[in-house]
Amino acid sequence: MDWIVGFLVLIIKLALVLGGLLLLAAYLVLLERKFLGRLQIRYGPNRAGPFGVLQPLADTIKMLTKEDAVPEAADRVLFLLAPAVVAAEALLIFAVVPFGTSVTLLGKKIPMVITDLNVGLLFVFALASLGVYGVALGGWASNSKYSLLGGIRGAAQMISYELSLGLSLVPIVMLARSFSLVDIVRAQANYPFILVQPVSFTIFFISAMAETKRIPFDLPEAENELGAGYHTEYSGMRFGLFFLGEYVNLQVFGALVAVFFLGGWRGPILPPVVWFLVKILAVSILMIWVRGTLPRLRYDQLMHLGWKVLIPVALLNIVITGAVLLL
Amino acid sequence: MKSAWEAVAALATGFATTFKHLFRKPITEEYPEYKRPLPERTRAVIILTRDPDGGERCVACYLCSATCPVSCISMQSAEREDGRRYASWFRINFARCIYCGLCEQACPTSAIQLTPYFETCERDILKLVYEKEDLLVDHGGKDNEYNFYKYAGVVTKVGDKGAHIKEAEPVDIKSNLP
Amino acid sequence: MTLYGIIFYILAAVIVIATGLAITRRNLVHAVIYLIISFFGSAMLYFLFGAPLLAALEIIIYAGAIMVLFLFIIMMLRVDPTALRRPSLRHWLPAGILGIIYLAVAALVVITDPGSQATLKTAMARPRALGQFLFQRYWLSVEIISFLLLIALIGALYLARAFLKESREQSEGEL
Repeated sequence: MDWIVGFLVLIIKLALVLGGLLLLAAYLVLLERKFLGRLQIRYGPNRAGPFGVLQPLADTIKMLTKEDAVPEAADRVLFLLAPAVVAAEALLIFAVVPFGTSVTLLGKKIPMVITDLNVGLLFVFALASLGVYGVALGGWASNSKYSLLGGIRGAAQMISYELSLGLSLVPIVMLARSFSLVDIVRAQANYPFILVQPVSFTIFFISAMAETKRIPFDLPEAENELGAGYHTEYSGMRFGLFFLGEYVNLQVFGALVAVFFLGGWRGPILPPVVWFLVKILAVSILMIWVRGTLPRLRYDQLMHLGWKVLIPVALLNIVITGAVLLL
Repeated sequence: MKSAWEAVAALATGFATTFKHLFRKPITEEYPEYKRPLPERTRAVIILTRDPDGGERCVACYLCSATCPVSCISMQSAEREDGRRYASWFRINFARCIYCGLCEQACPTSAIQLTPYFETCERDILKLVYEKEDLLVDHGGKDNEYNFYKYAGVVTKVGDKGAHIKEAEPVDIKSNLP
Repeated sequence: MTLYGIIFYILAAVIVIATGLAITRRNLVHAVIYLIISFFGSAMLYFLFGAPLLAALEIIIYAGAIMVLFLFIIMMLRVDPTALRRPSLRHWLPAGILGIIYLAVAALVVITDPGSQATLKTAMARPRALGQFLFQRYWLSVEIISFLLLIALIGALYLARAFLKESREQSEGEL
């Protein structure tokens, strides 16, 4: 009996998180378009419904009804699978992200996290590193020059910045003394880690933007030189899955910044889940603002920044943090 | 060290600029509510105009059809009893037309003209095939005064040889003999 | 057979089949993908045996980094799969003999070792325990391996520098 109840609770949690993520992803697209529009002194979408609030719905219907074309020379199976990899890895990361404290419902304690893995942080990295496959294989399987170049750039960029992404979090693990995301939030009871680790925060933020392939790191899909990069040949909902993956990734990194540096769901007055949402949105808006301001990096600048600036600084940061902790 | 400081300052300026833009009124012209007045010579939907007397200008010479780069104009020429040519049917496929204006340039009688009206969106693409009745208008378009048959040296009811505007009397070549 | 046993055999079958497919594919990209599936299977096995840290590291390092580099190189080179020659018997023979010997030894170990008959029990190794185990009991091996990696790194750096110098001289000579 207990087993069935546990299973039911898990299913309900999964459904809630999945629904919430997809809804938020759809509205993040709208938020991005609106906010970017205002940054560029225009309105952004305002036709579908009042202030364009039905725009995500219209986009979804459009993408679902478009033809799902597969190029003749493409590697069919890989071509069809690649977008699913991107969307799935982004969604799966949320399995270990804590949304709040545990709630007591009908005498049972229900933690506000799908699973508290004791290697949660590594799980996040494992999935984030798999996102490369969607990009690289999607680019390769399309059998088109632009897509291949986009895929290769994506692979190179994502492995380069994964290193600094990982290294920037080592001090956080040292401070929290755990890989579990729940424990990391618990360790920030007194102060958020951004106060003690601003360098780490900066490196993580820049690397996260590179991992999500957003401007100024959008070389894999640089539209003025590569068409649309690795998803040039995709249409309909398969393109939609790439798109969805991108915006779920935006939320993922918003949530991770919140968990690692901003104290997770902690905050005064408002309930924890609301605080968590506010923090995700704040990080997302910051990323959109960056997108509205900075131009795209050149390929050599990208590699220079990743290998010669971020990684050495992250290593130095680890050594300094270790020394301070030992003293 | 100085260059790092400069980089940070440059970044800050950029972010400040975009932040200031947030509070500016957008400069967007919202289309269906506000339709920007287009210049008279904007190239959009094609019309067939009439001369000042109310007759059709088109003489079905096929020049527009020949010059059209996408071959969207087709017609059938016919001749009236008084010797004046006209198009028995005239068809423009706007689904194909690229609004380049070459037909207008080729037209010797100023019959075919482009207008600034462009809102011809249709769900059924075949509705974009316009027949002569759809194209013909009751005015002279951009060139109201011009009447081809008053200038051309063609014998019609409008005038005999030498009776047209800017036309000299026909020369009797036999009287020129030495 | 417990539930864990069933999962173990399923995973083992996935690993063996995926690896078999990986070494027989003509298309290199497909081979890499089957190899990734095989790594996934191994990571799941680690997880099943109660070593989630090792499972995560397997995916991050092998599936997430090394295989991406493989894929990167294959995509850059664009090898024509039809141009690859089938290895001759002389190439096959040593590998085949070694494989048979290995299989025989493994089968012997499984049959003779009494520990192999015990049913699978779940365990859980916390990352902290693994870290203490690794860096307190086996610190020397860890240090030796890290030293080896450092040497490899320096070697790669040296080769790259020599190559850079050569190409610079070449371009100067052209001028």
